[in-house]
Amino acid sequence: MNKPLPNSLRQGPDARGRFGPYGGRFVAETLMPLILEVEKAYEEAKRDPAFMNEWRRLLTHYVGRPSPLWFAERLTQKLGGAKIYFKRDELNHTGAHKINAVLGQIMLAKRMGKTRIIAETGAGQHGVATATACALFDLPCTVFMGATDVERQQPNVFRMKLLGAEVVPVTSGAATLKDAMNEGLRDWVANVRDTYYCIGTVAGPHPFPMMVRDFQSVIGTEAREQMLAAEGRLPDLLVAAIGGGSNAMGLFYPFLDDASVAMHGVEAAGKGVDTEEHAASLTKGRPGVLHGNRTYLLQDEFGQILEAHSISAGLDYPGVGPEHAWLHDIKRVEYVSATDDEALSAFQLCSKMEGIIPALEPAHALAHVIKVAPTMARDKLIIMNMCGRGDKDIFTVARALGVSM
Amino acid sequence: MSQSSRIAARFASLRAEGRGALIPFLEAFDPDRATAMEILRGFPGAGADLIEIGCPFTDPMADGPTIQRAGQRGLKAGATLAGTLHMVREFRAGDAATPIILMGYYNPILSYGDNFCADAAAAGVDGLIIVDVPPEEADEIEPQARAAGLDIIRLIAPTTDEARLPKVLAATSGFVYYVSITGITGTRSASGAELADAIPRIRKHTNLPIAIGFGVRTPEQAAEAARIADGAVVASALIDVLAGDLDAEGRAKPGTAQKVLDQVAALAAAVRKAKKGA
Repeated sequence: MNKPLPNSLRQGPDARGRFGPYGGRFVAETLMPLILEVEKAYEEAKRDPAFMNEWRRLLTHYVGRPSPLWFAERLTQKLGGAKIYFKRDELNHTGAHKINAVLGQIMLAKRMGKTRIIAETGAGQHGVATATACALFDLPCTVFMGATDVERQQPNVFRMKLLGAEVVPVTSGAATLKDAMNEGLRDWVANVRDTYYCIGTVAGPHPFPMMVRDFQSVIGTEAREQMLAAEGRLPDLLVAAIGGGSNAMGLFYPFLDDASVAMHGVEAAGKGVDTEEHAASLTKGRPGVLHGNRTYLLQDEFGQILEAHSISAGLDYPGVGPEHAWLHDIKRVEYVSATDDEALSAFQLCSKMEGIIPALEPAHALAHVIKVAPTMARDKLIIMNMCGRGDKDIFTVARALGVSM
Repeated sequence: MSQSSRIAARFASLRAEGRGALIPFLEAFDPDRATAMEILRGFPGAGADLIEIGCPFTDPMADGPTIQRAGQRGLKAGATLAGTLHMVREFRAGDAATPIILMGYYNPILSYGDNFCADAAAAGVDGLIIVDVPPEEADEIEPQARAAGLDIIRLIAPTTDEARLPKVLAATSGFVYYVSITGITGTRSASGAELADAIPRIRKHTNLPIAIGFGVRTPEQAAEAARIADGAVVASALIDVLAGDLDAEGRAKPGTAQKVLDQVAALAAAVRKAKKGA
């Protein structure tokens, strides 16, 4: 007898790269053949045990996975509610979760015979991760970075250069992550035959949202096992920051079918979601098409894209990955926001209480944990994705706090 | 296929003349509505056979710096899709024959709503080029375009291989737009030899007219493209003429539109001299 298919939220995207109505392949014809080639190559690679074993070997011995699941005991006591665990992806080589998907993609690029890598970056974490993998794999690397971000993320710019990458400052628009992505796509159109575009988040044309999610899911898969080992049960709440949404998708995806696990994605509210300076595309945007996919976008009434704002360069993007757009619509994940000021407070609190200087991106997630943990019973369990470390942000934070260095 | 008669009629009459089409481009509202309108109205008299109007978008991912800046000037001057359709309506009051193709990106169209194709056709638009809607996503807009009688003109790139060509062409009507380089607009040009190789490859699969764009700048290049294919689109080179005549604040001067039209006339003269099959 035929059994009905299990009711799973983990079957997306469909053959057109759609998660519900979101996603797809909205690119110029010049790129279309290559997008299809990337999809085919990825489908083959992920079924090739040799490919996946090599990726796992790199994660273990080069990245340092699995990253620990840390019980933040002092913070838990201070907040007086649910037990707070950090998934410590900030301890990865290069200091953030980005390296997980970058290594997979660079291996794929090699497999496809591509000889040049390009990437966009906001905070510089994805750029550093890509430059790192390119150094390891001996591939030339060009990173597009908004000129505004080059300014506020100088340590990462220097890091990328040390690693042998060329950093191209992008001056169009507000000169942040969106503009860097435009320029990355333009470069790819012009160099489509030999170049692979290593997209840093779960956005862009299919298959990138799926592929980056698959690689980043190592975060949630590990966290699930670690929580079962530590507490003998699944967590009650997952919390992660959302820019494009790769660290959040990575943590959430392996738990999507566990109905008891609630999930909160934290968007950057900048100076407040009721001001014009924020990056909360799910909270304040509406569906549209940009950078190859249909998703929620910050846009005006005429469909022109608005500039995002966040103190965190990594969250400063007017869109969000299409799978998040779908999870938002079906209400599987609740999307909330935290302001620049709340993130700054969380940044300082975490540094003093846990001895962990978080990146400004997970500081947004922590700002939400600070709000929500005290409202939960003491036997409840939270996992927050500590997706990046704050070394790169100390200058930005010092400036925001009025400290001269 | 759509019944968009102006495009088919124009290519048929050019075929009878034994020459290809000159298709100049302007960005709507660049640098202001009045100047753009003056250029648009002047195009047919200067020798435009078809006209392409760019619809400004904040994030034009297939465009180089020249058209990016044109779009930014247009947006600053208040360009919207509704405003662009209004320009076409005004143009149509004085010209019922010259086909008009809108080129743009999908998000403003999506934002305009379901009436876009009907409103565009009513304003006098004949065809659409939507850069970021490939055949794989055609059902997003094709039914509305077809119902309104608008052609969907598709881009074919050097990367579009033999296996893919029929799929793209099946989703194309009006004419085929051959993107002659792998790259963004206004950055480099294809050689005559590359074009002479590429165009017959497409012809094997279609009877539709083929226009060549991206990198056609000079009268000589336009003549060659119009001879090898059936038309030449000139965009960035005309915008460079316009941009070069703006004052320090980016405003047009009294003779700005005429300078653009003079360049169109030079391009048209070269295209008209280049007889096909010669």
